[in-house]
Amino acid sequence: MIEIKNVFKSFDTAEGTVEALKNVSLSIPDGDIFGIIGMSGAGKSTLVRCINMLERPDSGSVIIDGRDLTTLSELQLRSIRREVTMIFQGFNLLMQRNCLKNVCFPLELSGMKKAAATQRAMELLDIVGLKDKAKAYPAQLSGGQQQRVAIARALATNPKVLLCDEATSALDPNTTNSILELIRNINQQLGITVVIITHQMSVVETVCKHVAILDEGQIVEQGDVTEVFSQPKSAAARQLLAHRR
Amino acid sequence: MLEKLFSNETVQEALQVIQTQFPLAIWETVYVTLLSSLFAFIIGLPLGVLLVVGEKDGIMPLPTWFMRTLNVIINLFRSIPFLILMILVFPLTRFIVGTVVGTTATIVPLVIAAAPFVARLAETSLRELNPNIIEMAQSMGASPLQIIIKVMIPESIPSLISNATTAITTILGYSAMSGIIGGGGLGNIAINYGYYRYKYLIMLAAVILLILLVQLFQSVGTRLATRSDKRLK
Repeated sequence: MIEIKNVFKSFDTAEGTVEALKNVSLSIPDGDIFGIIGMSGAGKSTLVRCINMLERPDSGSVIIDGRDLTTLSELQLRSIRREVTMIFQGFNLLMQRNCLKNVCFPLELSGMKKAAATQRAMELLDIVGLKDKAKAYPAQLSGGQQQRVAIARALATNPKVLLCDEATSALDPNTTNSILELIRNINQQLGITVVIITHQMSVVETVCKHVAILDEGQIVEQGDVTEVFSQPKSAAARQLLAHRR
Repeated sequence: MLEKLFSNETVQEALQVIQTQFPLAIWETVYVTLLSSLFAFIIGLPLGVLLVVGEKDGIMPLPTWFMRTLNVIINLFRSIPFLILMILVFPLTRFIVGTVVGTTATIVPLVIAAAPFVARLAETSLRELNPNIIEMAQSMGASPLQIIIKVMIPESIPSLISNATTAITTILGYSAMSGIIGGGGLGNIAINYGYYRYKYLIMLAAVILLILLVQLFQSVGTRLATRSDKRLK
């Protein structure tokens, strides 16, 4: 269970203070695929970074399985981050390491022995369907394949939560669907809670059970995907739905 | 002029100097350049890392006064002309090497001149890295030291190698200058014969060899940098 309670976050920029999150509260049940959708600039990326404390909220709390992450030290957070992993829009693979070594990376960080790490990494590459690309470098792969490697890497430390930050935004529709299917399988087979940040309605519709709509740093609507999408109450929700075709 | 330069007599003399003195001089130049480069990298690379990670929004923010001091010191040493620096550090050279003349003695000022230069080059290389990669490592629970050792440096290797090549060729140029204070090598020969004794042909031969050495280092460096880069395949 992830509970986000009354989170505020602001940034100082050259143009003054920007309030990225204004009193955001959310509960994400275990095993859910939870979508957070909003226009660009709505604060989605900031919100997802508050879940693993890459951004520390100015106030409020983020509670995962009863532990309030805002009270933890940087050192304690490092072990939490093995349980709450992340994939990104730009994949963020290490370009000078081959796929196998990329998947080994979080295992190396946790101090796992090389042989054990390699074995685990091969299993994960098998799960994402890229066992034959173990020795290939990221530059030799397509975008979809790179995201699969990134997913394998994110799964390496047996996380409880997978955060997806616009993970399909750089991919074409077919590849997007295959990545979403992979995410759904992972959710079902491994029981990992998935939080998906996106600006694409179709992504939420395809995989999410629940959705929250973020507009100008505030949650304007949340609930079951089918309910929110069939009877949008907020202006922001209607606006997002109007873009859908 | 040209006739005089290539007269039978001068050519004979030059050939003799080339045969008797050049092998040792080439060796001295290569030895001083590579050893000075090695020490300059050992000092400069960690400084370059500090310049990047120690910034206010870096991965290991260090006190502002420390970063300012570091920057001032690096700029200071980079702004002293090498010829003057060699003389300025005589006391230190004497303390470390025991003498201020000779080939080995020139390594001290060379390292002092080159380390801050290497630090700036390393800084440039490390800054080229996509910040999202560092965020990724943080999101996986990497410590600042792990980020430096496992992400920043390995991901910057091709750029670090090509900047190291620039550093080595610059150090080679500096080492030639050290002939003035009694350092050995091709620079010493060029100055002794060309400047003090007007034997231009010998100077020319020494300069050509210096050029060839720079070309050699540069092409090896460029090849290594390209080969090491896994983004190009």
